Amino acid sequence: MQAYISLFVKAVFIENLALSFFLGMCTFLAVSKKIATAMGLGIAVLVVQTITVPANNLVYHALLKEDALSWLGISGVDLSFLALLSCIGMIAALVQILEMILDKFFPALYSALGIFLPLITVNCAILGGSLFMIERDYNFAESVTYGVGSGLGWALAITVIAGVREKLKYSDIPDGLQGLGITFITAGLMSLGFMAFSGIQL
Amino acid sequence: MSAVLDNDVKNSILNEETKKVLTAPLINNNPITLQVLGICSALAVTSQMSTSLIMALALTSVTACSSAAISAIRNHIPGSIRIIVQMIIIASLVIVVDQILKAFAYDVSKKLSVFVGLIITNCIVMGRAEAYAMKNPPLASFMDGIGNGLGYSLILVIVAFFRETLGSGKLLGFEVFQLVKDGGWYEPNGLMLLPPSAFFIIGLIIWVFRQIKPNQREKADFKIMPIAHGEGGHH
Repeated sequence: MQAYISLFVKAVFIENLALSFFLGMCTFLAVSKKIATAMGLGIAVLVVQTITVPANNLVYHALLKEDALSWLGISGVDLSFLALLSCIGMIAALVQILEMILDKFFPALYSALGIFLPLITVNCAILGGSLFMIERDYNFAESVTYGVGSGLGWALAITVIAGVREKLKYSDIPDGLQGLGITFITAGLMSLGFMAFSGIQL
Repeated sequence: MSAVLDNDVKNSILNEETKKVLTAPLINNNPITLQVLGICSALAVTSQMSTSLIMALALTSVTACSSAAISAIRNHIPGSIRIIVQMIIIASLVIVVDQILKAFAYDVSKKLSVFVGLIITNCIVMGRAEAYAMKNPPLASFMDGIGNGLGYSLILVIVAFFRETLGSGKLLGFEVFQLVKDGGWYEPNGLMLLPPSAFFIIGLIIWVFRQIKPNQREKADFKIMPIAHGEGGHH
């Protein structure tokens, strides 16, 4: 149990996908002007990440890993080079299915997340989460923990930066630094803040 | 036939349009500083020059090839499933690049870890496929891919240059500043090797670019009211 808690804390704070691996930066910078929309996107990422990382874990361990096909009586086959293709296909398919389910059963949530769901397919944080899961060889339970943790960390980061940017628009910034430039500097300072967590020993 | 083709190729390589397509993304329409695309990997791989160069090369070749391939079949892709088709072409190319790196540059590929795979979701590749390759012929799309790849590479190289020289006193593994621990004078700036420094350097690059090109500046949401002359802070 201890191991899972520390993996969770590590995924949320110490190895925050947005602020220490810079994943999902494009949307992180583009959709963080208002707290409400940032939070909507954050929740969408959290949900998709929670589903896709374990799903990719199952596919990888059952089909792609070296000798994974032995349950079919085929041995000596290593399909792990197909992991990239299978991960992105899985994510695209799951996002599509999730969109249909939400549309059918939770129309309120669907209209709230609406435009963000298709965007998530090309969000590097989602693909990055799955690739890290493969690289670090997590088992199923670890992948569930990592999926929830990394999604939550990303959602936290984008909500916080949106809060800072909402205040920042009233400040007097040099012309050339206006907009994108100052957002980068802000994200850098936040990232510096998150580095403080890296001293935590778990 | 081949003479015509040669002429055609020569024309399209030399003409103004190609030149514009190649050079515009460097500063005027840089994918990172202006279009805000492909930032994730730009920040993560730049702590060393060698990894950045490999990453820049990988991304440029993937962008160019995927743009050319997508443009070649653009009239046969149904609109509703074009994203999936683009995604599969890009993912296949990235797998090729990944396998080549693992075969010939294993150390670098270990250092780049997941970021080679993340070229798939790099917005530059998708963005150019969607914005340019779907509407233009293959050769022009190829050039556009190379141009945007170079724009990305430029930023990567600038960031990596500062991070590696200031952070470890070396460039591509060669000593530039002699470090204090080796009996020299330079105390390395550890911050430069940490992730936040990439944010600061890109922020500053954007500032420099926009200082040179005022038309790239963004408008402030709120203007600070100038204080009327003579009143000097009294209200």
